[in-house]
Amino acid sequence: MIRAVLAALLALALPAQAEIPIKQVTSPGGITAWLVEDHNIPFTALEIQFRGGTSLEAPDKRGVVNLMTATLEEGAADLDSRGFAEARDALAASFSFDAGTDSVGVSAQFLTENRDQAIELLRAALVTPRFDQDAVDRVREQVLSSLRADEKDPSTIASERFERLAFGDHPYGSPGDGTIETVTALTRDDVVAAHKAALARDRVFVAAAGDITAEELGVLLDRLLGDLPATGAPQLAEAPWLLPPGVTVQDFPSPQSTVFFGQRGIPRDHPDFFPAFVLNEMLGGGRFTARLMTEVREKRGLTYGIGTYIVNMDQADMLLGQFSASNDKVAEAIDVVKSEWGRIGREGVTPEELEATKTYLTGSYPLRFDGNGPIASILVGMQMDGMPIDYVTTRNSKVEAVTMEDVKRVAASLFDPDALHFVVVGQPSGL
Amino acid sequence: MLGRLGAAVLLTLPLPALAEEPVTTFTLDNGLNVVVIEDHRAPFVVQMIWYRVGSADEPRGQSGIAHFLEHLMFKGTEKVAPNAFSGIVEAQGGDDNAFTSWDYTAYFQRIAADRLDLVMEMEADRMRNLRLTEEDVATERQVILEERAQRTDSDPGALLMEQMRAAQFLNHPYGIPIIGWRHEMEQLSRQDALDYYERFYAPNNATLVIAGDVEPEAVRALAERHYGPLEPSDAIVPRDRAQEPPQLAERRLVLADERVSDPYVFRTYIAPERDPGDQAEAAALTVLAELLGGDGQTSVLARALQFDAQVAVFTSAFYSGTSIDDATFGVAVIPAPGVSLETAEAELDRVLAQFLQDGPDPAALERIRTRVRAGEIYARDDVQALARRYGEGFSVGLTLADIEGWDEALSAVTEADILAAARKVLDRRNAVTGWLTQAEATVAAPTPAPTAAPTPVAAPEDQE
Repeated sequence: MIRAVLAALLALALPAQAEIPIKQVTSPGGITAWLVEDHNIPFTALEIQFRGGTSLEAPDKRGVVNLMTATLEEGAADLDSRGFAEARDALAASFSFDAGTDSVGVSAQFLTENRDQAIELLRAALVTPRFDQDAVDRVREQVLSSLRADEKDPSTIASERFERLAFGDHPYGSPGDGTIETVTALTRDDVVAAHKAALARDRVFVAAAGDITAEELGVLLDRLLGDLPATGAPQLAEAPWLLPPGVTVQDFPSPQSTVFFGQRGIPRDHPDFFPAFVLNEMLGGGRFTARLMTEVREKRGLTYGIGTYIVNMDQADMLLGQFSASNDKVAEAIDVVKSEWGRIGREGVTPEELEATKTYLTGSYPLRFDGNGPIASILVGMQMDGMPIDYVTTRNSKVEAVTMEDVKRVAASLFDPDALHFVVVGQPSGL
Repeated sequence: MLGRLGAAVLLTLPLPALAEEPVTTFTLDNGLNVVVIEDHRAPFVVQMIWYRVGSADEPRGQSGIAHFLEHLMFKGTEKVAPNAFSGIVEAQGGDDNAFTSWDYTAYFQRIAADRLDLVMEMEADRMRNLRLTEEDVATERQVILEERAQRTDSDPGALLMEQMRAAQFLNHPYGIPIIGWRHEMEQLSRQDALDYYERFYAPNNATLVIAGDVEPEAVRALAERHYGPLEPSDAIVPRDRAQEPPQLAERRLVLADERVSDPYVFRTYIAPERDPGDQAEAAALTVLAELLGGDGQTSVLARALQFDAQVAVFTSAFYSGTSIDDATFGVAVIPAPGVSLETAEAELDRVLAQFLQDGPDPAALERIRTRVRAGEIYARDDVQALARRYGEGFSVGLTLADIEGWDEALSAVTEADILAAARKVLDRRNAVTGWLTQAEATVAAPTPAPTAAPTPVAAPEDQE
């Protein structure tokens, strides 16, 4: 009976396209944003990204953008740390600030009934943060605590070791949170300088979703961001790719080994990006039907989960994957990964596999737009990636257009088991 | 910034239930409860089936069987080929997963609204028609052992919490980890899984929640067609689990692990849970947790220990009362560098004692009430979270009135309620206090590691 239902469904039209009406809004002061108006629920989700992030800091100031970002909510204008938090809670607004490798992100949600007050408060944090010495010192201790935790965390150890091997002395090769030495040495002046360098109008991307009109958003943008500096620190140079093939083992006391692996990837604007995207989903998508999940988990029980990812940074592109496996099984799991990596390059995929993956990707795409918060977040990401505003309506046809020939060609050229490097953190046997 | 003691510490104020979105409930003749939550903003639907059985209902000696069965439920039926369940959902553009707790086990799919018929047919099918081979079971047992290794054995914080729960619940099965004790997991068999499945997986032991772009009458027709024909189980009895004896002595333990970076103090107190028709005390405890540790800048513990005394880097307080039997109320402190766990704990106790004298700050309470009211608005943006709230509530025996009245219960909490609840619960005679400490490396090293601090550490066995 399920087969009958399935056949009937497949005979129907293709899965729904995302029907998300996105408007571009330009403020009177010239700041642009993407907007999805939806007046069902009286609040707005706002997402802001400043391109650059932790990669723009000097080697001896590693961690300063992270420390600065974490201190934005610790007092602004005439409010100290506690006063700021109390004012935010009295408005029932929520703000979060995040320092990433390529951008500093700001997420905000606020009610329609007190939107102007919430924006005044957020503006104070972005434009006139206080960075009081005691707040900087207190947040620094929290950062140091988390850096100490990173030193004992096998996943962080593995990814940092991998990035060092891939990028060497380029900023991508060291952790953006800094080291205990660099963070300990940072001064309040460093934090103030990092704020000026990172939060500037020449690098800002904005998206909003919810109960706000285009006109209201325009006014809001100028008030919120208009007084930030026009320009910030120069953007980064392209990263080198230094990763040698092989296996690196780092001893760590654990019953399991944590594995981080990868090779060079493919740029977002490459003509073969979509075939690569579909291929990655078939090989290492986190779903239970992906090949690696089937071979490593379902058939052999070697891991709880395995996934691979196409990672596009501003100045580098990677194919990455990770999993954990017991120390006595990790060598076998790595062999299976390498073998599948080679097999998909040699043999490509079956037409059934390609069709099933395409229906999954096209059908699940609209499901991502499930609320104002997720919509604003996706929209700002699209702008950072240089997508056109109609991308949401064309994306599924780009997936549909991927042919068996595309898959075969790209699989053979992209997936190279001899280029893979595995960083293994644990006490593996047989490696 | 957030704390990093693990997910349990990050629990913030649970969002209140609400009546803004149309919610319809009905029951099929075979006993299946159905909840329909309408959200017509986008053409999607979430199906969740919640079984009123969890790891606290496992036969003694078979810890982990509830969660193991959850994994095995994806293996197939007469109609669905082995391991094909997720693939069928994914090929329709949907995704699916499942989770197990002490009191319930739930399965869900998110998919385009016009595919509800298909996923209902599949979910109803596996409620009574699961097929398992010995080979499936043997392989999947390796997967859950790897899951335990990854999520518990590799994480000293998770191991501490597991030990603390075992100490907190001497007699009640809440003391047994959901994932299971490794030595028992290794012995779980196909027959154990099937026995548990046949007894507990039935329409009269489940709640179906359908949320999204659906009409209640259409959902009723589909539910009648797919779930209606399923036979109820006659083995479903009230969940009268072994209860705790009175706690007569404070319990303490120290877990030393070389993978610990900053040591910390973690304490849980036994605490009352939400009961049908009686959730005022649980509401007071929820607000208490928020006042004590809900915010890094304004909460009582943060102000006293991070700002004034500066003896801590992070502080936290947490409570979740949505359970059938006793819940726990927790607090945690990561000391600042150079501050001992002893001092940190003494400072924690000093601040708690002061709070029990002074009571809550009325302005802080008012801010929480504001956020509770606003929470009703923000909650409407996430229909899957709403579905979880109803499914979880019904699964622990709460009524529709309890679930929808939770926001009102939170708003009604007074200073006196908070103080009364705090005085009852924050008593060390009801508590387990755990210290997570660094240990010297257990692996043989040619020379002593220079970073191994000469701190006196106790072995995990040194419980009082």
